[in-house]
Amino acid sequence: MFWQQVVNAIWLGAVYSLFSLGYTLVFGVLGILNLAHPSLYMWGAFIGLMCVNAGLPLWLALPLAMIFSGLMGVLLDRIAFKTLRDRNAPHLATLISSIGASIFLISAAQGVFSAQVSRFPFGVFPVKVFTLGPVTITLLQISILAISLAIMLFLRWLLMGTKLGQATRAVAFNPVTAARLGIPVDRVIMQTFFLAGALAGAAGVLLGLAFNAISPFMGGPMNLKGLTVIVLGGLGNIEGAVLGGFILSFSEVMSVAYLSSDLRDAVSFVLLLIILLFRPNGLLGRSSAKRA
Amino acid sequence: MTVFTQFWSTYGSVVQFALINMLLGISIYFTLYTGLLSLANAGFMAVGAYVSAILTIHAGTPLPISLLAGAFSAGFIGWLLGLPVLRLRDVYLAIATLGFGEIVRITAVNFDKFSGLTLLGGAQGLDGIPKLTTPAGLIFSLILLSFFLIQFHRSRAGRALAAIRRDENVAATMGIDVAGYKLLAFVLGAFVAGLAGGFSAHLTRFVGPNDFTFSAAVNILAFAVLGGTAHWAGPLLGAAILTVLPEALRFMGEYRGIVNGLILVLVILYLPRGLFNPKWLTRRKEAGHAQA
Repeated sequence: MFWQQVVNAIWLGAVYSLFSLGYTLVFGVLGILNLAHPSLYMWGAFIGLMCVNAGLPLWLALPLAMIFSGLMGVLLDRIAFKTLRDRNAPHLATLISSIGASIFLISAAQGVFSAQVSRFPFGVFPVKVFTLGPVTITLLQISILAISLAIMLFLRWLLMGTKLGQATRAVAFNPVTAARLGIPVDRVIMQTFFLAGALAGAAGVLLGLAFNAISPFMGGPMNLKGLTVIVLGGLGNIEGAVLGGFILSFSEVMSVAYLSSDLRDAVSFVLLLIILLFRPNGLLGRSSAKRA
Repeated sequence: MTVFTQFWSTYGSVVQFALINMLLGISIYFTLYTGLLSLANAGFMAVGAYVSAILTIHAGTPLPISLLAGAFSAGFIGWLLGLPVLRLRDVYLAIATLGFGEIVRITAVNFDKFSGLTLLGGAQGLDGIPKLTTPAGLIFSLILLSFFLIQFHRSRAGRALAAIRRDENVAATMGIDVAGYKLLAFVLGAFVAGLAGGFSAHLTRFVGPNDFTFSAAVNILAFAVLGGTAHWAGPLLGAAILTVLPEALRFMGEYRGIVNGLILVLVILYLPRGLFNPKWLTRRKEAGHAQA
C-alpha cells in the first residue's frame, strides 16, 4: 500500500514539475507571472488529441503539440506582454493582461473544440501492467515518468550547458546589462516563451493521457497546483520547481491515501498559504526578500 | 408605460445583474485604488451569499438584516485573511488571494459532510432561497455607497490609500500607517463584495460552490479594469458595459467569452487608465485629485 503510493506520487510529481518548469522559467527570466500558462497546457492537450484523432502516432503527436503550444507562448508574449514591457508598465498590468489572455484562450478552446470532456480513443497507448511485489505500475506511467525526466534533463542541459542558456541566465540577471553585452534580449525572451509553452504542452499531453479527460477547463485546477509548486520552490527557481512538484505530489497522494479523498484539493492550498506566509522566497530561496 | 413594462419584463433581470455587478466593481475598486491586486472578492461574495441565504431560510430574518449579516461576515473573514496575507506584495498577494477563493469553494463543498449538518448543501448548493432582491434596494445601496465614496476620498483615509498606491515607502515615511490602511481597504472591499453576494443569492434564488471560482474573480477584476480605477465611477461603468455586452453578443454563441478576455488585454495595452475619464466631471479646473 505505502510503496504503491510512493510510485503514484513519483510519476505524478514528474508531470507537476514539467508543468511548473515553464511557469517558473518565465518568472525567472522576465519577472512575469504568466497566468495564461495553464491555458497553454490545455491547448497542448487538445492539439495532442487532435493529432491522435487525425491518425498520427503518439510519438509524433507529443512533439507536434509541444511545438504548437511553444509557438502559442511566443505569440502570447508578442501580443499580451511585449507592449507592456516596452512601456515599463507595473506588475499589476502584466498580471491582468495574462489573466485576459487566459480567458481568451479558454473561451477559444470552448468554441473550437467543445466544452465537453474529450478523451483519447481507447487503446491509443498499449495497456500493460507490471507487478513488482506489492506494487503495480502501468507502461503508461513508466513512459510518462521517463519522458518527463528526459525533458527536464534536456532543459537543464539547455540552460546550463549551452550559449543559449548562458544568454538566458544573463537576461534573467539583468536585461539592460545583457543588452549592453550584445545579447539579443528580445530573441532570448522569445525562446524562453517557446520553451515554457512547449513544457506546458508536454505536460498537457502526458496528463491528458494519464487521466484521459481533456476539457477547456482542465487548466484551472492545474493552475493552483502549479502556483503551489513554483512558490514552494521559490518563484523563478528551476531546481526549486522540480523539488516543489514532488513535494506537492507526495502530499496529495499521501493525504488522499491516509486521510480523506476530499482533502486532495485542500492540500495544495494549505501548503501554498503556509509557504507564502513563512517562507515567501520558497524552500530553496535565499532570504533577500527583495521580491516578496 | 406599456413600453416600459415590456422592456422590464425582457431586460429586468439584466438590469438587476448589472446593479449587482456594479457593487462588485466597487468592492474591487477599494483594493485596486490602494494598489493591491486581490482576487479574493469572489470568495467574499460567496461568504456573503451563503450567510445571508442561510439566515433568510432558517431564521426567517428580513432581507436587510440578512444582507448586513452577510456583509459583516465577509468583512470579518476579510479581516482574518488580510492580517497575514497583506504582508505580501504584488504577485504573491495575487497568488495568496487566488488560493483563498479555492478554500472557500472546498469549504462550501465539504462543510456539511464534516459537520453533519445540512446547511450549505455541499456540491449541489443551496436553492429555494426566497426572491427578495428588488431593484429599489439595489439602487438604494448603490447611491448610499457612492455617497460614502465621495466622502471617503476627501477623508484622511482616502488620501492615505491614494498615497500608498503611489509609493508605499514614501507613504510610510510620511507617517501613514500602511499596514492598517491596506487592511481597511481590504475589509471594505470584502464587506461590499459580501453585500453583493447577498443580493445575488436573493435574486437568483441559488448559491452554489462553483459560482465563485477563478473566472468569477476575473470577471470582477474586468469590471474595474475596463472602467478604470482613477475614479470610483469607473468600475460602475465597466460593470454596466460588461453585463450588457454578453446580451448584445448572443449571436456569437460559444465564442462569447472571448470578448471578455480580449477586452481585458486590449484595455490594459491601449487604455491603461480605463474608459472612464475623471476629467469629464471636473471640466476645466484642476484635474481630479484621484487621477492615477
